[in-house]
Amino acid sequence: MLLRHTTKEVTERSALTVNPAKTCQPIGAMYAALGIHGCLPHSHGSQGCCSYHRSTLTRHYKEPIMAATSSFTEGSSVFGGQANMLEAISNIFHLYTPEVIAIHTTCLSETIGDDMPQIIGKARDEGKIPAGKWVIHANTPSYEGSHITGFSSMVKSFVDYFVTKPATPGESSSRSGQVNIIPGWMEPSDYREVKRLCSALGIQTVMFPDTSDVVDAPKTGTFQMYPTGGTKVSDIMTAGQSKATIALGPSASKAAATQLEQKCEIPSEVLELPIGIRATDRFVEALIKVGGTVPDWLTAERGRAVDLISDVQQYLFGKKVALWGDPDQLVSLSEFFADLGMRPVYVVTGTPGKRFDKRMAAVLGDRVPEAKIRQGQGADMFLMHQWIKNEKVDLLVGNTYGKYIARDEDIPLLRHGFPILDRQGHAQFTTAGYRGTMRLVERIVSLFLDRKDRDAPERSFELTL
Amino acid sequence: MAELLEKRRLHVHQKGKGKFTLDCERPSLAGAVSQRACTFCGSRVVLYPIADAIHLVHGPVGCAAYTWDIRGSRSSGPELHRLSFTTDLREQDVIRGGAIKLEKSLRELIATYQPKAAFVYSTCIVGVIGDDVAAVCRTVSKDTGVEVIEVNSEGFKGTKKDGYLAACDALNTLVGTGSTADISPLSINILGEFNIAGEAWIIQEYYRKMGVEVVATLTGDGRVEDVRRAHGARLNVVQCSGSMMPLAKKMKERFGIPFIKVSYFGVEDVAKALYEVADHFGSSELQRRAEDLVAEETAAILPRLRSIRGELSGARAAIYTGGAFKAFSLVRALRTLGVRTVLAGSQTGNADDYSALAELCDEGTVIVDDTNPMELAQFLTELKVDLLIGGVKERPIAHKLGVGFCDHNHERKRPLAGFHGMLEFAEEVRSTLLSPVWRHVHRTPRTALPRPSEGK
Repeated sequence: MLLRHTTKEVTERSALTVNPAKTCQPIGAMYAALGIHGCLPHSHGSQGCCSYHRSTLTRHYKEPIMAATSSFTEGSSVFGGQANMLEAISNIFHLYTPEVIAIHTTCLSETIGDDMPQIIGKARDEGKIPAGKWVIHANTPSYEGSHITGFSSMVKSFVDYFVTKPATPGESSSRSGQVNIIPGWMEPSDYREVKRLCSALGIQTVMFPDTSDVVDAPKTGTFQMYPTGGTKVSDIMTAGQSKATIALGPSASKAAATQLEQKCEIPSEVLELPIGIRATDRFVEALIKVGGTVPDWLTAERGRAVDLISDVQQYLFGKKVALWGDPDQLVSLSEFFADLGMRPVYVVTGTPGKRFDKRMAAVLGDRVPEAKIRQGQGADMFLMHQWIKNEKVDLLVGNTYGKYIARDEDIPLLRHGFPILDRQGHAQFTTAGYRGTMRLVERIVSLFLDRKDRDAPERSFELTL
Repeated sequence: MAELLEKRRLHVHQKGKGKFTLDCERPSLAGAVSQRACTFCGSRVVLYPIADAIHLVHGPVGCAAYTWDIRGSRSSGPELHRLSFTTDLREQDVIRGGAIKLEKSLRELIATYQPKAAFVYSTCIVGVIGDDVAAVCRTVSKDTGVEVIEVNSEGFKGTKKDGYLAACDALNTLVGTGSTADISPLSINILGEFNIAGEAWIIQEYYRKMGVEVVATLTGDGRVEDVRRAHGARLNVVQCSGSMMPLAKKMKERFGIPFIKVSYFGVEDVAKALYEVADHFGSSELQRRAEDLVAEETAAILPRLRSIRGELSGARAAIYTGGAFKAFSLVRALRTLGVRTVLAGSQTGNADDYSALAELCDEGTVIVDDTNPMELAQFLTELKVDLLIGGVKERPIAHKLGVGFCDHNHERKRPLAGFHGMLEFAEEVRSTLLSPVWRHVHRTPRTALPRPSEGK
């Protein structure tokens, strides 16, 4: 029993976190920054932070992950990190020649009070930033929020820094049919799917961030510091001319959408992530609203997804699911599972925020009254395991850290979310859109039926299921 | 040679090009994409294998989350060290101080688990907000009777090496507090062995067969009680001298226990490790048993090693490790397999390490300190490397270039220590070097190894 140290009795914990269901802001900022073309993320803090973030992303993607660090020493922690940051900017442009340096702060630099705009301004005055290049920043101390809020802050800073308000608002330009897509924290496979759907409906978009062809770069036999992917800054700069913004995943994307609205008067619609039939329908409807038309083949694709679901509904009905991870993912997944006839009974996110409860209520309604939903303090994998020890579920859905529970309680695990440290496929195969729906359903049903085959005594071991 | 940032030139040396000098042990360049980690990382990896202690990270969630069970240090008993405990400091704690939260967390943990000891790791922010961690540890120790030990591991203090020092200090408070009754005079402690993939068990078995008692293994499959009575051993056998040498020196100072430096990687080095222990005790019986053991074990693996050597001769390898000590063993182990080392480097080596490394290596080998991905990739291409040995952040670089890889870092899944480990190492090196998958990419710049005949 790997988790034999988990006690069955649930006690309220106000100080201790055991087996977290979140991680800290900076890694989210790093991942968002990787979604910009030619961007080098920069960690303003100790070397350890940058190393851990890169290592975790590398384990998840099996890709080299580039990021620089200010390499704080005890000296910088006392006197401030300005000297380190200025030297870093200089060195980075000289040696690594990125288009953008995207700085995110850490608990250390925030606590000692480094003023990033001031430092960046100084770097510009001292000629350390070559013409046409950018240094941007986001404030992401690790003692606030979670990796999702760090991601959200960095995406908002793309708007702050790159997007210019058009000289005459409302004036038509070659870009005025364009729609901004803020896609949220997704896998590169999902970013590809979102683009495919937009293109299917004939919508011209600028989408940021976009880590496809960055963290799923092909193997060419050469090592490229800046892969070909990522949204180009020159494209983001035109976001102020777009006619609308669609933000996917409120926790990750609302901030940037709101900022676009305030800065450039661009109306925005904030949706849940397009995972599952209804969430994808809503995304498609939003695209129709901004002028898209649905091609027959996409309707057929939806039809195929619904067909698959109908053919397997008997294996899913009433199955109890425990899920953990990021708020945006959990809300869409919960709705989807309930639509399949399953019961999402335990939902845990370490990311704090009361709006999560409201969003969950909105998608579940009164369909799963027994659901236990927790966010923030005390919402961790230890709690999840305790719940399960008291009353089991049929399926676990979440990151690799669920595998201990899966093994100890003998429950199948569908790996989804971040980080996934022990399997591949998430970067290659989407779970968004109708296509992603089919993959999710296929994997879930296979898990249940493999289990059925495994546990069936000989006499009940069937050929066809 | 690869075009390097001016400031990096001093950290790279090619053997044969003039007198050996290498700049090292410096903080990384600000803005460098260094592969290095921090003080906390060093402390964590040294202490966390102690399986019956509480390991509580006092800081924001990240430090604990990123170190949650990512290391294959195995335990034969408790798995308490595989849970991630943290005070998850929030903004309010940063403003008001986190000491109260720390005390509460500690008390909850001790009440629930009654551990043999508790380690409290300080992180960067704790150093800045000035929590009196020592005071909390003392108070809780006194009240609960469980020893609570502070680990001064604030990340900004330096590299992993400074973390090792903090960890050794923490261990030092435990050593000497237990009973040394019934410890054989032929006894050792194994230091710097973390039981990755069960390697400590392999090594302990060798010593047991020789008739030597292992009092404590620090810290693989570790137990608090063993650490407490470690001062009962007559000799400290120190592997990975970077991480545990400070403790060995302390134990010599406090208890007069001598130490020797050994490595368990590679046939020559393992044999040497066993002989040196036998020689230390001056027992001819021990020496005979050591010789028998070495003869038996080598006879078992030599035929396979020879066969593999035949397949791999001429292959070129690059080594990049955390501490420099391991690189020596790897150069020798690779030589056993007919593989030539063309680049060797580390994150934290010192001047003596690099000097010795250069001595050991062939002419033309590039020695490098604190490298970064761009530089490493350039070297791999220019030096026509077939195999890279490194850790989690080096692997994808190798794979992108179509270069084989062996993880010799703490995430390795196969035991690579001891005689058995040498065989595993040979098999792993062989399977990555001979895998046909590298041929799918036509633009691989290096020449393919001679392969057993199959369709090209």
